[in-house]
Amino acid sequence: MSWLTVLPILIPLTTAVFAALAWQNLPAQRVIGLIGATALFVLSVVLMVVVWQDGVLAAQMGAWPAPFGITLVVDNLSAAMVVITGITGLAVAVYSIADIGRVEANAGFHPMLHFLLAGVSGAFVTGDIFNLYVWFEVMLIASFALLVVGGGRAQFDGAVKYVALNLFSTVMFLSAVGLLYGMTGTLNLADLHMKVREVENTGLLAAVAVMFLVAFGIKSAVFPLFFWLPASYHTPPVAVSAIFSALLTKVGVYALIRVFTLVFSPEALGEAFDWIQTLLLWIAALTMITGVLGAAAQTEIRRILSFHIISQIGYMIMGLALYTALGIVGAVFYILHHIIVKANLFLVSGVANRLTGSYDLKKIGGLYKSKPFLAVLFLIPAFSLAGFPPLSGFWAKYVLIKAGLEVDAYWIVAAALVVGLLTIFSMTKIWAEAFWKPHPGGDGAIAVTVDRGAMLALTLPIAALALITVAIGLYAEPLLSLAERAAGELMDPAAYVRAVLGAGA
Amino acid sequence: MDSLILRTATRLIVALMLIFSLFLLWRGHNLPGGGFIGSLVAATAFALYAMACGPAAVRAALRVDPRLIASVGLLIAMVAGVLAVFAGDPFLTGLWSKPEIGGAVLPLGTPLLFDIGVYLTVLGAVLSIMLALEERED
Repeated sequence: MSWLTVLPILIPLTTAVFAALAWQNLPAQRVIGLIGATALFVLSVVLMVVVWQDGVLAAQMGAWPAPFGITLVVDNLSAAMVVITGITGLAVAVYSIADIGRVEANAGFHPMLHFLLAGVSGAFVTGDIFNLYVWFEVMLIASFALLVVGGGRAQFDGAVKYVALNLFSTVMFLSAVGLLYGMTGTLNLADLHMKVREVENTGLLAAVAVMFLVAFGIKSAVFPLFFWLPASYHTPPVAVSAIFSALLTKVGVYALIRVFTLVFSPEALGEAFDWIQTLLLWIAALTMITGVLGAAAQTEIRRILSFHIISQIGYMIMGLALYTALGIVGAVFYILHHIIVKANLFLVSGVANRLTGSYDLKKIGGLYKSKPFLAVLFLIPAFSLAGFPPLSGFWAKYVLIKAGLEVDAYWIVAAALVVGLLTIFSMTKIWAEAFWKPHPGGDGAIAVTVDRGAMLALTLPIAALALITVAIGLYAEPLLSLAERAAGELMDPAAYVRAVLGAGA
Repeated sequence: MDSLILRTATRLIVALMLIFSLFLLWRGHNLPGGGFIGSLVAATAFALYAMACGPAAVRAALRVDPRLIASVGLLIAMVAGVLAVFAGDPFLTGLWSKPEIGGAVLPLGTPLLFDIGVYLTVLGAVLSIMLALEERED
């Protein structure tokens, strides 16, 4: 079954190629995009089931044995991340039918979307740290193209900031990979897991670990490296914002979790690990707080949501920083829940814009009166983000806070709770301004006659994602046991190493 | 740039460069060269042609959209990798066939196919960027 591991990359790549071949033919591109996204979603579910039943899957590309060739490895965490990529990819592919017109399609939206999905899946399934760098580059290229799709002045401004800062991150990443290779002589993650323990100069190793922390920290938009995110996420079409907000920062968080459990583990770093752990805890707390305070100052829906991404990243880092089994469970659960909720909120903001004509809360209103159904669909992800029971966000926060209390990290727990309250404040602001208060331009200003087919394509993914949020909330057990198993594999990577290097390792 | 000398010399040099780029592609399997560097030489040839005769002449000479070249190249590279999967090997494993043609063995393998894919992908991508920049100037 190991050939399954390459499909999360091949399917979106093939889709991208065919979408590019049909460049001038928008209806064909949409059909190809839908087929490709559906295929990726179905494959991801199959992959998840196989990994759940048979354990870690590994495949050696080109039949070059590990640690010399490139290995693709899918453990429970990778499989879960690919599933969530498949879900958001499909949701955005459906949404884009109504959101992406001829201008954006002509700039290459459809091929680039699937190219991005290939990059994201590649980053999740690779078992080689240099290959991870390559997938980061693929994502960077695709995301730059997507950011300038449509080509407004603001978009270019955002895209240049985005690329400049992310290039810095990838250069840092590449230098760190070079140094690590110099010390250990290997790039294979499973092999690194063994080899870093033989490095005598743990001080140098810790320095390289911090370089990875900075590189992935920029990618995942943690304090104080987050400024590229709110500068760029509100400029492109909503379909693009949604897929970015769902996946890009989370790839950074995934990479952090991966390297700090598999490579820079406490066994490898010794005392330096405590220091990095403290650093991570501070980063987590400050990321949560600055994100949520930044959101409070904004009145543009997508900017508010962008700052909330940052704030939520803090929770995921908190789970990693606690570095207990339960903490990692919380982080994994939080990532999976957050991707669905955050993509959904962006998709809702796009519909709100279409109906009322603006993203600026001061200029819009009256959505509850004209579209009560949409109001419900907004409330579900919004309350889930804030952590209301019985929605998915409640369980995510609950696990993290429990993990924090277990190790007596009271101040970070306090920070997490306060930030949760402030999140409610922000969500209430959007609710009160966009949905509750009357539209400043009077009732007639709301476009109630959006084309039915387009409305269906816009609402269907939102409803489906909201349904998943509710389902996770009411029946959290399966996802929780998945997160537990993923965390178990992360805390004890013996199965991962065995799958890659064989039983002898 | 309108220069009779450049245009005359370009005709000759472009042809030579394109042949050389194919030679690099062919030689690349065992010796320095390969699809990537070969396609850069080819792209340089087209860049020279664009300088001498204008980007419109390059588009006419190419006959197809460079984006199409890149897409087809990517497809070929992927097919080269997938062939191994159908043969029961991991993705990208090299498969070889060595037919005898007139007494000499001609080794043909999927790595060459992959390299041709790389050649077309890089050529298409570089040309679309280059032509877009050249045309913006007009």
